[in-house]
Amino acid sequence: MGTLLEVKNLKTHFVTRSGVVRAVDDVSWDVGESETVALVGESGCGKSVSALSIMRLVAGPAGRIVGGEVLFKGRDLLKLSDEEMRHVRGREIGMIFQEPMTSLNPVLSIGRQLTEGLEIHLGLSPTEARRRAAELLGMVGIPDPERRLSQYPHQFSGGMRQRMMIAMALACKPSLILADEPTTALDVTIQAQILELMKDLSRRFGVAMLIITHNLGVVARYADRVNVMYAGKIIERGTAREIYANPRHPYTLGLLRSVPRLDEPRRARLDPIEGQPPDLTRLPNGCAFTPRCAFSVDRCRAEIPPLRAVNGAGHVSACWEAERLGREATAVGS
Amino acid sequence: MKDDAPILEVRNLVKHFQVRGGFFGGRAGLVRAVEGVSFEIRRGETLGLVGESGCGKTTTGRCILQLERPTSGQIIFDGRDLTTLDEDALRPIRRKMQVIFQDPYSSLNPRMTVGQIIAEPLAVHGIVTDRGRRATRVREILSHVGLLAQHAHRYPHQLSGGQRQRVGIARALAVEPSLIICDEPVSALDVSIQAQIINLLEDLQAQFGLTYLFVAHDLSVVRHISDRVAVMYLGKIVEITDRKSLYDSPLHPYTKALLSAVPIPDPALEAQRERVVLGGEVPSPLNPPTGCVFHPRCPIAIDRCRVEVPDLREIHPAHRAACLLA
Repeated sequence: MGTLLEVKNLKTHFVTRSGVVRAVDDVSWDVGESETVALVGESGCGKSVSALSIMRLVAGPAGRIVGGEVLFKGRDLLKLSDEEMRHVRGREIGMIFQEPMTSLNPVLSIGRQLTEGLEIHLGLSPTEARRRAAELLGMVGIPDPERRLSQYPHQFSGGMRQRMMIAMALACKPSLILADEPTTALDVTIQAQILELMKDLSRRFGVAMLIITHNLGVVARYADRVNVMYAGKIIERGTAREIYANPRHPYTLGLLRSVPRLDEPRRARLDPIEGQPPDLTRLPNGCAFTPRCAFSVDRCRAEIPPLRAVNGAGHVSACWEAERLGREATAVGS
Repeated sequence: MKDDAPILEVRNLVKHFQVRGGFFGGRAGLVRAVEGVSFEIRRGETLGLVGESGCGKTTTGRCILQLERPTSGQIIFDGRDLTTLDEDALRPIRRKMQVIFQDPYSSLNPRMTVGQIIAEPLAVHGIVTDRGRRATRVREILSHVGLLAQHAHRYPHQLSGGQRQRVGIARALAVEPSLIICDEPVSALDVSIQAQIINLLEDLQAQFGLTYLFVAHDLSVVRHISDRVAVMYLGKIVEITDRKSLYDSPLHPYTKALLSAVPIPDPALEAQRERVVLGGEVPSPLNPPTGCVFHPRCPIAIDRCRVEVPDLREIHPAHRAACLLA
């Protein structure tokens, strides 16, 4: 499996009144061909800004990519002209956003929004584009696609709109889809439908996916590899199975332990991560997680831990105490 | 802490909303948001009310608080039917019923300090009339919810989401209520903070003998916090029972589907798990289906389900479900 997307030392900063926010702070990761990779983390950790940086959609002038490379099929997207970049967006990389209602144009028909990309990127005639659009709607499970093409987004339910977004993302047969919280705004039963659909389509067409989410449950079923982010950095990475069975960063462990689970006996008390999420304009020296960490030692307050291999098979953790954590977490029997 | 007298009894609650249809507001429609809901909550217990968006769970909460006047039905709180009372008679009762909202960003006044937000109900209800004593009381309440005295001088935007939700809880707590309606109190918070707030709600319940109606869509959270659980679908309760029975042996096909849709953070388990993925979507409460409202999406529906409305009947002791096939 070749590498499709390689993000190297990416840095995206925002200038705010209270100082420079390093939303993405020297982060490297990659996605293989037809692989599903997840970026997991809580609000403000930099996961969405990472995706926007890849697409070069970071809102300036406050936000700026200040360093790094985004190699897509070997080309650095950060070096492309605006014109060349337009051919990448939608054509080679598709996007699905959290809130379909705000990312669809309310005054254009579904058909118009679906055919636009087909005509611009693939040069289809209006008739061909319309035929293909109907085909796409059918493929994502929207009944009666011909009639649906002339309707408007407000006539679609939330789940239907997200299906429509998936159809748009797939329209030009991209090799990668970035999905930013694709099911967060949907009801549980609809979430299950949409995730099954995405998995099915990505397999059928061999499309690679980057799923950005705060929900560890979603990732478990659908991702091959997981990157966990905290305060602008990746703090742990590994195969989904490794990350869940054998977490080696106190933050990952904390996230896994703080959620009540239906498959486990009910606990008398939940085990939260204490403290507050970090203020990105005032990060502590050393590891950003130290103030909330139960495993921290003096070294954590002085030196930022790099990502180090912990368990083979590409499992890395940015924690000085990863080995001790591995022993103790197993001893507790997680 | 729990005794058997219900603190709240909801009987055949119905709430319809008139809407204007068509481009020029021509045809009128009727949204049947709540369609004959009955349940009771015993003193000191937590009743979880779960369902998807538009099922009527929030409207039910708002009717209990008399923020919406029900179309019909009774809300009996501490032995009095609130639907028969006027605003003046309701005011002292409102003190006893408080609410915590989902979004602490929009439910706190951005121009008031945390101290003012918590002191306001103390003054309005005449609980602490002396200014100096009010400040002392505010500090006391802040410490109950895990905030510091210095937080009283901050504005909501200077706090994190979790801290803001603590302020929302403090405001509800200030008037010493006996019932708190928690409407999705943790769903807008980060995962690592959700557990903090849930633990806090449980501590406060034990400390002050509070009764909770916990409205939420997250079944894992509801299982953790509730003593009993009611499941709503399209304006009706389809199943209600104690926590253990609901999660260990659900009877209604909708409850079963909801439970199987909850993702579990363990890839090994997820890989072997059977899933009931429901087809279709929740129908519009403007035009609910005939018979059992769930029949168009139900994996086991038979012909009778299309015509016959199932009663919420007792299948096992204290375990009721509205399904002909249960």
